[in-house]
Amino acid sequence: MSLVDVRGVTFGYGGAPALRDVTFTVQPGQFTGIVGPSGSGKTSLLKVLLGTVKPQHGTVTRSSGTAVSYVPQLETVNWNFPVTVAECVLMSRATKRLSPFATREEKADVGQVLERLGIAELGRRHIRELSGGQQQRMFIARALVRRPQLLLMDEPTSGVDVATRHEVLHLLGDLNEDGLAIVLTTHDLNGMASHLPHLVALQQRVIAAGTPREVIVPDVLERVFGARMEVLMHLGMPVVVDAGALGAA
Amino acid sequence: MDGFLHPFQYAFFQHGMAAAVMAGALCGLIGVFITLRGMSYIGHGLSHAIFGGFAAAPLFGVNVLLGAGIWGLASALAINGVTRRRKIGADAAIGVITTASFALGVALLTKFGNKGKSFDAALFGSILGVQTSDLVLLAVALVLSVTVFTVLYRRFLFATFDPEVADVSGVNVKRMDALLMAILSLSVLATLTIIGVTLVAATLVIPAVVARMLTDSFSRMLWISSLLGAVCGGVGMYASYDLNIPSGTTIVLVNAAVFVLVLAVTGGRQLRRTAGMDDHVDVPATAPAAV
Repeated sequence: MSLVDVRGVTFGYGGAPALRDVTFTVQPGQFTGIVGPSGSGKTSLLKVLLGTVKPQHGTVTRSSGTAVSYVPQLETVNWNFPVTVAECVLMSRATKRLSPFATREEKADVGQVLERLGIAELGRRHIRELSGGQQQRMFIARALVRRPQLLLMDEPTSGVDVATRHEVLHLLGDLNEDGLAIVLTTHDLNGMASHLPHLVALQQRVIAAGTPREVIVPDVLERVFGARMEVLMHLGMPVVVDAGALGAA
Repeated sequence: MDGFLHPFQYAFFQHGMAAAVMAGALCGLIGVFITLRGMSYIGHGLSHAIFGGFAAAPLFGVNVLLGAGIWGLASALAINGVTRRRKIGADAAIGVITTASFALGVALLTKFGNKGKSFDAALFGSILGVQTSDLVLLAVALVLSVTVFTVLYRRFLFATFDPEVADVSGVNVKRMDALLMAILSLSVLATLTIIGVTLVAATLVIPAVVARMLTDSFSRMLWISSLLGAVCGGVGMYASYDLNIPSGTTIVLVNAAVFVLVLAVTGGRQLRRTAGMDDHVDVPATAPAAV
């Protein structure tokens, strides 16, 4: 049984359509990247999956009891906000208790998740003191404390360096192997998308869905990005040539 | 009774001092949420909007506090309504609605005269004329605020730091925002007599900014800002009596002096902490949380 089932969804803002007749299913343990340029509807599709917007047409069915966690873009966060890493992770338990004080069990849970993500020693640090990779780990930790079946991430590698991108990618791979379904958005074809097991190419509509070899092909890229691009195979991975042309994406 | 304690022999000063300390603590507490959410301008605007109700209420035979409270709430809802339609920005909506309300208040007072509390007292605060009812209102606002922020601490922290994710994590951000707006309105109303509408924004902002410069902890920031607000309120009230200057003015000047002192002591090193205090909010607190 699927975790989330999106059927024929059309959604827009003030008359301008962001998604048209989109059908998309998230299965348990699935690891999918939604690729497309700015304005292609990636974030809107995440919102539909989260249930924070109501589609004008179509249906969104979430399997009962499915816990969904969301990790925002790092750029949207005020890193000067006065909280430590542990306090930030504990925010996921905001609705569990009316007391401002964390219980022993909650502290243990937070410690356990931070340990699992390799940032246990950073619990008392201010969030401003973290590197890009550590910031992403902290938000993933906050998401995991809710014990989700599905993790949604908006551009997890946007604005981070190559080393951090690899770090995040490996971490997500490990979490997925443990059974967590992950759906993320990305415009980074060579660095991120080509390493994922399943892709959905979006340009308001689902243009193509499948493995990177099936999706990262010139015809699909032209329909999604509006420009002809060459694709080479390197060590079994599709590589888009002249990725600079995708800068606007 | 001589020297320092001399003014405490007067009942009006005792009332004024109690009101100033409570008003300072109240503004200091709420100020943390207001500044971290980038709502300082809302506090400023709301205080001006409430002035319209303050002027209009006596003309209609309505209790001043009740009238000003309803007026303030209506202004907050109007700002919210205009902003939700996203035709104009929050800052523009606040600028139009609250200054229009303030101008209406001035026009009514000029045309029909003052039938309620002192005009100057409402603008700049006054040590005189603090009634028992004012103290009761302040105490209620303070107890209510402390209770709400303690019980809903986790929700407010999450909604203040990351409203987008808080919303999808089960925190009703819209409700938290509406509650914060209601508490802010009540607090501005309760402090109107002591601090005055034109100066209340400073007592909301300065203690919170100083607290932010002194700590990297949200909970400690709440404590420091509240205590600082209370101390500045008390010292400002005493200075108001001593110098015969409106209490709102002296309270704000004491707050500003503390800010300069902390800035001098820390050498401006900690000022950068305040740089992003309103990084992620560009709509008023009552606007729908978007993801």
